[in-house]
Amino acid sequence: MSTPLVIGSVAYDPKVVTIWEGFRGFLRERGIETDFVLYSNYERQVEDLLANRIDLAWNSPLAWVRADRLARARGLTVVPLFMRDSDRELRSAVVTRAGSGAETLSDLRGKRVGVGAVDSPQSTLIPLSYLRSQGLVPGEDFEVVRFDVGVGLHGDHVGGERDAVIALREGSVDAACVLDANLIVFSQEGTVPSGYLSVLGQTEPFDHCMMTTAPGADPEAVATLNDAFLAMSYADPTVRRLLDLEGLKQWLPGRTENYAALERAVDETGFYDAEGNITADDYRP
Amino acid sequence: MTIDLEDLALDEGGHILLERALAGLRPGEQLEVRGRSGGLSLMLGAWARSHGHRLLPAADRPMPAADRLSSDELSDGPSLVLEKGAAHDQRWSGAVRAGEPGGVLPRADRTWGLAARGALVEAGGPKLDVAWVERDHVWADIAPTLYARAAASQWDPNTIIDWTPPSGVPDDIEDAVVQIMTYLVENEQAALMIPARMLGTLHPHYREVMQLLASQVADEARHVEIFTRRALLTRGQMGRSGADGRESLQTLLNEPDFTLASFLLSVLGEGTFVDLLKFIHDFAPDRVTADVTRLAARDEARHVAFGVAHTAYIAHSDPAFLGRLRGAVERRHEALRDTAGLNQSVFDGLVLLAAGSWEPAAIRRGWEAVQGLQRRMDEGRRRRLAAIGFPDGEAAELSALHTKNFM
Repeated sequence: MSTPLVIGSVAYDPKVVTIWEGFRGFLRERGIETDFVLYSNYERQVEDLLANRIDLAWNSPLAWVRADRLARARGLTVVPLFMRDSDRELRSAVVTRAGSGAETLSDLRGKRVGVGAVDSPQSTLIPLSYLRSQGLVPGEDFEVVRFDVGVGLHGDHVGGERDAVIALREGSVDAACVLDANLIVFSQEGTVPSGYLSVLGQTEPFDHCMMTTAPGADPEAVATLNDAFLAMSYADPTVRRLLDLEGLKQWLPGRTENYAALERAVDETGFYDAEGNITADDYRP
Repeated sequence: MTIDLEDLALDEGGHILLERALAGLRPGEQLEVRGRSGGLSLMLGAWARSHGHRLLPAADRPMPAADRLSSDELSDGPSLVLEKGAAHDQRWSGAVRAGEPGGVLPRADRTWGLAARGALVEAGGPKLDVAWVERDHVWADIAPTLYARAAASQWDPNTIIDWTPPSGVPDDIEDAVVQIMTYLVENEQAALMIPARMLGTLHPHYREVMQLLASQVADEARHVEIFTRRALLTRGQMGRSGADGRESLQTLLNEPDFTLASFLLSVLGEGTFVDLLKFIHDFAPDRVTADVTRLAARDEARHVAFGVAHTAYIAHSDPAFLGRLRGAVERRHEALRDTAGLNQSVFDGLVLLAAGSWEPAAIRRGWEAVQGLQRRMDEGRRRRLAAIGFPDGEAAELSALHTKNFM
């Protein structure tokens, strides 16, 4: 039996076990041995990836940014392997209460803006960078009110984002930053009524999760695994169950060009330094 | 193709119109979406992503700097173009029909799960953990008719019977009634548990059998109620339960095979019971006793009809099956060889009921009436066994092996 490839994944939800158990069995039936290791946060997963303790990491976009920086600083390479179709071209929105009087982003000057967890790309880092690009400096032109839920999960836990919207509903903030998909979710689950939120601005599209290979991973084994993932078909009922749980219809080749906005946000906030060290002083994953 | 959502947002049902429009397209074809609800392009992008479609990139279409709720400047709409993905078609590509709604197949597929007969079933999902998946093991052509009859014949014990306690029934006769009712309750409980257990292991493709068994369970539940109420009507206390009677009923519960259990319970047991209930009805000392036995006998006759029809259905297609039926009767007889059979107090109670008094001449008449009952029971069993396909001689032989406990 060949040495199994070990995949790291962050356990942001109990379904993560079902998903990776499922993929492990699916791949085994195709002669590909894998195992998986679950992490409580992305930082340790990335550190283990760079130390070659795991062969692949199912990374958040922020974890990709850090892995890439750590690798470059050490003269190593991490490879972006594949991502979900649903990881492409996400947007975040800055929303306020409809009828609040705020018409444009500049109306947020002097106001309070609710965001998700400190390490959430979609509801904190990228939208705050977007606001900065629109001439509104976080902490100077408006107050940032953070909702730190699931810190270390890089925003995979929707709780912080939801709390920001609840705060908006209850009037303790004047605007909130949310992922486009959650505009629908928060309305469907009843956090806010339909039509309650008004969109003041939206970010450029950005990409999300990425399967990342370790610098020392066996390229041949990785290529075989890559082919197997890209070949998964939504028409196959055994794998469809897993794809539904993981929220995709199709695995697509990895790409990194849409991480530019996040890279910029990381630099602006000093979340990581250029070598990939954690430099955000109030971040405790 | 173009769709105009007007001011309907995707978080208030707009997606239903999108899905309807996309249903007419092939994967890769495009749908232009117009609308003026706030955040439309954002929500559309997110919705498309999660459903395997694609909102064409902004470079390919005009985009505003921001969407605004209730903003009239979007009335004429930015051009939003969706490209249909393949996910929906892929999900249903391996789907099959769970048979046809109007008929049953020789074999039901466990992977259909609980899907309605004739439904289009998406591949995947849990297999149904049921044992009985073959038509010949469970079916009878009369099942739909019997179910319809059962559904039309339900009754409410509380209103159909006048529960006024009878007056003038001698104490000794009331003793006999209480004992007989106690005996009937334990038999009805067995008759309830057996179809209930069959129900849980039957593929719902054989829907009419499932429905019929369910109505049978409901019937027996009512019988348990009415016999209990009659037993408690004047004294508030039940009679005795003999170990041998329970032993006899246990052998019914021990039969795991659908058809053999149906045969032992309905053809032989309940068939015999119908005669017993008629006997009690005929000699009932009060109206309540007469009513409860009449109503129960009517239901039991349906159960017997299904048991006979189902067993005959199999035996006619496979005459060798008669050998298995015979084996079941012999096994049960063997298991009960060392038991006395009917609880003596039940037997004596029946004699007393028919006698109506303690006069020696009356007791003799009662005795003869019970002898007559046993002959009718035997004749009935032989008739049903012959209907299933047993030659007369063998039918008589098997009838004689039936439990003395009647059920």
